[in-house]
Amino acid sequence: MYGQFPPDAPGHTDPLPVPAGSMTPATANRLAIVLFSGTIDKLMSASIMATGAAAMGMDVEIFLTNWGALAFRKDDFKTNKRVSADFADYQSTLLEQMAAKHVTSWMENLEGAKEIGNVHIAACSHTMTLFDLQLSDLEPIVDEVTGVAAFIEGARDSAMTLYI
Amino acid sequence: MPIGPVLFSLEIDARGSHCPGPLMELIRGLKSAHEGEVIAVISSDLGSNTDIPLWVRKSGNELVAVEKIDHEATRFVVRKHVRAQ
Repeated sequence: MYGQFPPDAPGHTDPLPVPAGSMTPATANRLAIVLFSGTIDKLMSASIMATGAAAMGMDVEIFLTNWGALAFRKDDFKTNKRVSADFADYQSTLLEQMAAKHVTSWMENLEGAKEIGNVHIAACSHTMTLFDLQLSDLEPIVDEVTGVAAFIEGARDSAMTLYI
Repeated sequence: MPIGPVLFSLEIDARGSHCPGPLMELIRGLKSAHEGEVIAVISSDLGSNTDIPLWVRKSGNELVAVEKIDHEATRFVVRKHVRAQ
């Protein structure tokens, strides 16, 4: 069993009783990503992680929530120039350099990841309700609208989970 | 096109494309190549030096040659794997 203190370590407690069959070891060859952010710096980072994982033969499960879901509204990515507030002073530099160096957009990266691998993108139903959105309001790259439990089920046995 | 003794049938110039762009170009190129075909990709992204050899090994293809072209670009020559009959 992983993730347990050795019996003599400070902080060791006996494990809580676990109902039979409810523990699943992290064995699935899958990267799970909670995509919370809607700024292009973080969308870019998430898209590159997803592409790398797909290239290395991993499945990818992306859960879009809050600003991450808003960033997938139809055509929004074409005009999204937001960057993280803590690096707002780099906004113009980032945008200029991305244009000058012909960096592929985060949306193109995700399309590429889907092309070469098994990449599933789900939007959080809570966010969809909050902003009165339907699946048809989002870019076609989004596969479905799901609840959080569906994502957690997928993340439970994923080899890695990222929160971006 | 010769590179030492190695011949390749297709060369993808991915210079100026950023991580993971050159790797994606290679994957696309190999996808449409036939088994045993040798293709090359040229990258100016430093990440390719680690990522392309790693991906080639992991995916069961063969890295035939790595050649530095100039101070910023490298050519990776890859043979598409032949599935066991």
